[in-house]
Amino acid sequence: MSSLNSGLAAGIVQAAYILVAALFIMGLKRMSSPSTARGGILWAGMGMVIATLVTYLLGDFNLNLALVLIATAVGGGFAWWTGKRVAMTDMPQMIALYNGMGGGAAAAIAAVELYRGPTESPVFGTLAVLGGLIGAVSFSGSGIAFGKLQGLIKKSFRFGGQQFVNMLLLAIAVALGAMIATGMNTSPAVVTAFFVLALVLGVTMTLPIGGADMPVVISLYNALTGLAVAFEGFVLQNAAMIIAGMVVGSAGTLLTQLMAKAMNRSLGNVLFSGFGESSSAASGPVTGSMKSIEAADAGVMMAYAQKVIIVPGYGMAVGQAQHKVWELAQLLQNNGVAVKFAIHPVAGRMPGHMNVLLAEAGVPYDIIADLEEINAEFETSDVALIIGANDVVNPVARNDKSSPIYGMPILNADKAKNVIVIKRGQGQGFSGIENALFFLDNTRMLYGDAQGAVNQLIQGVKSSG
Amino acid sequence: MNGVIAIYIFMLAAFTGYEVISRVPVILHTPLMSGSNFVHGIVLVGAMVALFNAHGMLELSIGFVGVILAAGNAVGGYVVTERMLEMFKSSNKKAPAGGHH
Repeated sequence: MSSLNSGLAAGIVQAAYILVAALFIMGLKRMSSPSTARGGILWAGMGMVIATLVTYLLGDFNLNLALVLIATAVGGGFAWWTGKRVAMTDMPQMIALYNGMGGGAAAAIAAVELYRGPTESPVFGTLAVLGGLIGAVSFSGSGIAFGKLQGLIKKSFRFGGQQFVNMLLLAIAVALGAMIATGMNTSPAVVTAFFVLALVLGVTMTLPIGGADMPVVISLYNALTGLAVAFEGFVLQNAAMIIAGMVVGSAGTLLTQLMAKAMNRSLGNVLFSGFGESSSAASGPVTGSMKSIEAADAGVMMAYAQKVIIVPGYGMAVGQAQHKVWELAQLLQNNGVAVKFAIHPVAGRMPGHMNVLLAEAGVPYDIIADLEEINAEFETSDVALIIGANDVVNPVARNDKSSPIYGMPILNADKAKNVIVIKRGQGQGFSGIENALFFLDNTRMLYGDAQGAVNQLIQGVKSSG
Repeated sequence: MNGVIAIYIFMLAAFTGYEVISRVPVILHTPLMSGSNFVHGIVLVGAMVALFNAHGMLELSIGFVGVILAAGNAVGGYVVTERMLEMFKSSNKKAPAGGHH
């Protein structure tokens, strides 16, 4: 391309990037309401297509262009194929995987810049190094998060002084990064050591974190990737990357805080205490005994109720029971029963995960209520049906100061006149804490997997009418 | 773009992200996390530029891997977000279920 043409192309690209940034922001804005959310992702998607297409104007007809085309097809094809096939219950780890890929890409951009030798100025160097560090940590950390949620990594690796080792790794990485950024030493060996340390840090930071805390971690890495993209955007003087990356960086940080708050955990707690998987939690004495109920009796109880609140949890997701649950709810509605769904902010494995599963089954979102909306209604409901939820309905969070989950906001299912709990067995919740709700006088246990038990309930309701 | 203007952009974009997300209901948190994950897939254009300008085996290899990863971020982020949001429906055409509210 001649210099005039390339100048023109660069102008077109810059103008298009402004449009792209606007489309992203408006898209995210539309995603903030259920009725416009679908349109929101389409707007953002349009922005991405425009951004990608105009960027091809910057390439020359050479090997590099061919490589870009091949790599886009390979990466895009892989993600399209996996994204279309993944089950709704496995969404959290797929988000982790794709997010990690973005972090890795940001680190790769930094690596290409830094292997080239000293950067234009220490400011460019610093941002390239920071973006590279954050991107690499997000890449390997998200990979571990994916492995854990996918069940590929079952253990949490912890050893004494782990945090000290992490801090040491970070300190060395930062020191190397400072040498590179200031141009003191930009030899390939130093750059390589810097990236290897960053990748190792992502692994050692994430391995000790338990499965229950993973949503918060994935959200954090999502925000970090956004930051890394923004920093590399500055290095490349690319406004679309700066704006989109920074918007995601701050939005992701807010989302991370909201999640941690919903779990009554501080971010520092999540990252450094490793509670998410401990089963040694000391719990206060729980009195009473668990009383079981037959599905037929439970069905009758619900069929003649005026108001039923259904509390779905991860057990419903694992049992793929959301379609059956909606069938049950419709059956009850036809019997004149008022049915609502109560969703705890961290039900499932991510905030909003349960809503997605219920939406998949066809449950309209206006009978789905969140914690603040529904908690006062339990007192006036005849039956609270708990399907595979545990810690989020445990009343010890309200009244047992010694409990690790004390202070966590819970759904007040225990205030309902009757509580029916569908549960696989007599084990404890994800946090390993005994659930006082199961021992209350107004609680009946219906043992079985979510799918089978709900099926029995449907039969029970049908035969009672 | 000089450093001061860049700082303005960083700051304004940060406020924008915070404001846009602060009104999002809990039910959209997972799709939204996925949606924002898609948005930082814009790293694809950066990875493309890095590969366009790469010289030598090392830069070409890293750039190539970078574009693969970035394309995965953008396409995967879009596909899963779209799949989730596609399912959101309202029952407002029917009578309100149960007659509450």
